[in-house]
Amino acid sequence: MTSPFRTAEGGRIDRATTLEFTFDGQTHTGHPGDTLASALLAAGRHQIATSIKLGRPRGIAAAWAEDPGGLVQIEEPFPEPMLLATTVELHDGLVAHGLPGQGRLAEISDSARYDAVHHHVDVLVVGAGPAGLAAALTAARSGARVALVDDQSEAGGSLLAGTDRLDGAPAPEWVAAAVAELAGHPEVLHLQRTTAFGSYDDGFVLALERRTDHLGTAAPKHVSRQRVWRLRARSVVVATGAHERPVVFSDNDRPGTMLAGAARTFLHRYGVLPGREAVVFTTNDSAYDAALDLHRAGVRVQAVVDARPVGSPRREECERAGIRVLSGAVVTGTQGVERVTHALVARFADGEVGAGSAIACDLLLVSGGWNPAVHLFSQARGRLRYDEVLGAFLPAEELEGLSVTGAAAGVFDLAGCLADGQRVARAALTALAVRPPGEDRLPTAPEPVTPAAPLVLWRVPDTSGAGGHTSFVDLQRDATVADIERAVGAGLRSIEHIKRYTTIGTAHDQGKTSGVLTSGITAELLGIPVQATGTTTFRPPYTPVAFAALAGRDRGRLFDPERVTSLHDWHVAAGAVFEDVGQWKRPRFYPRPGEGMEAAVLRECVAARTGVGILDGSTLGKIDVQGPDAAVLLDRLYTNMISSLKVGSVRYGVMCGVDGMVIDDGTVLRLAEDRFLLLTTTGGAAKVLDWMEEWAQTEWPDLRVHCTSVTEQWNTFPVVGPRSRDVIGAVFPQVDVANEAFPFMTWRDTTLDGVPVRLARISFSGELAFEVYVNPWYGVAVWERLLGAGRPCGITPYGTETMHVLRAEKGYPIIGQDTDGTVTPHDLGMAWAVSKKKPDFVGKRSFARQANQDPLRKQLVGLLPVDRRTVLPEGSQIVELHPDGQLPPPPVPMLGHVTSSYRSAELARPFALALVKGGRSRIGDTVHVPVDGTLVPVEVTGSVLVDPEGARRDG
Amino acid sequence: MQLIECPWCGPREEVEFHYGGQAHVPYPDAPAEVSDEEWAHYVFFRDNTKGRFAERWCHSAGCRRWFNAIRDTATYRFESVHRLDAPQPHATELARSRRSTAP
Ligand SMILES: [Zn+2]
Repeated sequence: MTSPFRTAEGGRIDRATTLEFTFDGQTHTGHPGDTLASALLAAGRHQIATSIKLGRPRGIAAAWAEDPGGLVQIEEPFPEPMLLATTVELHDGLVAHGLPGQGRLAEISDSARYDAVHHHVDVLVVGAGPAGLAAALTAARSGARVALVDDQSEAGGSLLAGTDRLDGAPAPEWVAAAVAELAGHPEVLHLQRTTAFGSYDDGFVLALERRTDHLGTAAPKHVSRQRVWRLRARSVVVATGAHERPVVFSDNDRPGTMLAGAARTFLHRYGVLPGREAVVFTTNDSAYDAALDLHRAGVRVQAVVDARPVGSPRREECERAGIRVLSGAVVTGTQGVERVTHALVARFADGEVGAGSAIACDLLLVSGGWNPAVHLFSQARGRLRYDEVLGAFLPAEELEGLSVTGAAAGVFDLAGCLADGQRVARAALTALAVRPPGEDRLPTAPEPVTPAAPLVLWRVPDTSGAGGHTSFVDLQRDATVADIERAVGAGLRSIEHIKRYTTIGTAHDQGKTSGVLTSGITAELLGIPVQATGTTTFRPPYTPVAFAALAGRDRGRLFDPERVTSLHDWHVAAGAVFEDVGQWKRPRFYPRPGEGMEAAVLRECVAARTGVGILDGSTLGKIDVQGPDAAVLLDRLYTNMISSLKVGSVRYGVMCGVDGMVIDDGTVLRLAEDRFLLLTTTGGAAKVLDWMEEWAQTEWPDLRVHCTSVTEQWNTFPVVGPRSRDVIGAVFPQVDVANEAFPFMTWRDTTLDGVPVRLARISFSGELAFEVYVNPWYGVAVWERLLGAGRPCGITPYGTETMHVLRAEKGYPIIGQDTDGTVTPHDLGMAWAVSKKKPDFVGKRSFARQANQDPLRKQLVGLLPVDRRTVLPEGSQIVELHPDGQLPPPPVPMLGHVTSSYRSAELARPFALALVKGGRSRIGDTVHVPVDGTLVPVEVTGSVLVDPEGARRDG
Repeated sequence: MQLIECPWCGPREEVEFHYGGQAHVPYPDAPAEVSDEEWAHYVFFRDNTKGRFAERWCHSAGCRRWFNAIRDTATYRFESVHRLDAPQPHATELARSRRSTAP
């Protein structure tokens, strides 16, 4: 395919290189520097797709992110939906097709890399047009740390799309010099293809850099495709320019209808004629530049249709060029099928449309004025005011640390933008106590010509007979003037309600061209000032951002940190099946060949109850508590007495919140008069340390005590079972492991080949057990010594599943599994762990509350399914039958629920723990648990099902 | 994302902090001697102020220290932050308003 609409010369494209791409199955060519849109226009193609609801042809209507018409789906190099043809940079091998409003996500995983960078600056300038470049130069020249970000492929903004001259030369030459100067300042970060999409508190701006999208398949794999810049600026300068605003008229969505400024961009930047015969419809002077530029480039400009009764002083310029100017006239509609063939032009005076005629054209340019791009200012909660002259919303206040300049602030002439950018940057520097540069020259711009006052015209009265149903306000939502009329007719007044009723502004473009139009038309319909209507809230992101980019590196294995113990590789080699416990990877069980989880766990349980087992318990939380008042703090935080614990001894402890509910449990080793080692649950470690810090810092700062996490500093290996004494005695022959010398709930320090080791007689299974503590550097060596010594008695490594079964058989609760924040120590049957001697501890006062004295509180009990077969699903509800054996009528009262449930090797049957209303008074009763639609009878028992006398703990 | 001024570390991003609720709600001197209702006020009742509010914050992903702050709950702006060992400028005034809601 040729490019018949490509100009013979000009444009910022590399004509020496030809790129081939496919759109809707057709092959086209373009050049580096093209967008998909400009290359399609060069081929003579305006229509991109059909519309989402009505199926009307839609085409390219703007030149950048404000385009409401040209949605495409990329297929190659990687499937990506909902991009704009106007912002996709052309590359070789691009395959795309038009989208009727909705795209398709890729079905394969995105192999590209995405990342994020934090960057801190004094001044962040958003937008590298004339105002932004002037501001960035001033800030850079002061020596301040500066970032300049701009969403286009090259700097220059509006200067790339016109014929402006600076210092007597084409403006792009000044742009190049400015960019080169910025590159020479070491403290300046200058990013193109980077869209600042969100502006937040305290100068925090998120920007998306598209790093390799434009390279297509040539993108290097080691470079991230997109990068989120997390910019923190002491001062933000918003120089984001303005979006041209259309005027609404009947059939204004027909391809070939385009914003006037966009046509200039396609001509000057891309060397593309968007048509051969043009009609230019305007309410202001800016479109005259488009008319004249296109005329000079060889487009036949059939007419400039100016809605203003007196037209413009630039009329003569046009007429000299042979362009007809119709003042006091409007475009009322278009003709054509998939492309404009005629513009319907009529007289227009005092809001009334008069007689008209059709003018042949293949391009209809429209300009209804300019909307400053105030998005970032508004996102930062800046208030806007409506400007009656411009028909647009402008910043209404100064924000601390964020200023707006150039067209975004309503300054539309080049000299004014340059001067304003410099002024705003100097003010920002001064506010930061940075001395503005002495030498700070601006280029010389031509004297601005004062434009004639624009006319604010939102819509042309619909004389087509369609009743506003073909007068499109939001092309992406197929929403029309008639839709706004219906919303107002339904009684809606708030612009936010009208937005949601009509869906205007909720599509891909978030109302960049339709938002202000809706405010204007609504105000007109309600007969109120536009200021009173206001705008809908501007929210990030300014343009769509892919979730992949927001996720960055935090996906897959890097989604969350993984914590492993020093034995991890050993566990992997031993074939362990792992489970996640918080961020920890813990072996759940160690299957032998052919073994499933059930068989493995039963085998591991038997070993621990009849021989010896060993567990990697290193993930247990460990807190070193030191200081003269350490015992005082612990007495206040544990329900039981800690200060009476002897050095060398261990005590089980429970912690409650002020409401009296259990928050964690564990054991306390007294290492010295002023030093304790606390063992917490794996999941509760951070929470318990925070809890202790909170009380120590905020309530009792007088206590001399320090708490430090030592979880990672100790490996912990429980060696469990009747043969554990043999194993410990063999590995540590110098330690007297006899019960009298080393009784239950005591600890001893010893060494192994000179390495300090701590042994503790703590049991979480009810069996004789020793916990072995060692520095993780020696963890594997000590573990292997224990295994070696245990081999004669069949020492068996076991995982968390067996640990759970063993502890549940003894009725030891897991805080957070058998409890849920509404359970007191008494509910758990642990009144024995609640001191009666201490006058107070955290939670004690709440035990006396009436609700906590209720005998019908849920209490922890055991459950034995009568059929000796069913493993009750954890979380199952428990119900009681009427004496006649019938279920009570619905809603069936719930007595409680199953909190833990396992198959027991020791009991040779399944069992469960449960929280049951008045549970201890129901021991011996039969209640029922619905499982898969049948009611399973279960016997309520005490919570300790194995060795209730505690005969096994000493071996 | 707001910056919060830790009195020990300086301005840090808000995600490094966690909120600790209303400040200046002291643990009763003798919990055993207060009524159920007074105890319930200590455990469960807090002011729900619109505007300036004395709060506790912890720089949990930084120095792990607690501090007090006066913050406007309508604008989220921090007016001032105070080390726990420093005088609390608004404590008297805010303590008075809290007592007015106590039984
Ligand atoms: Zn800090």
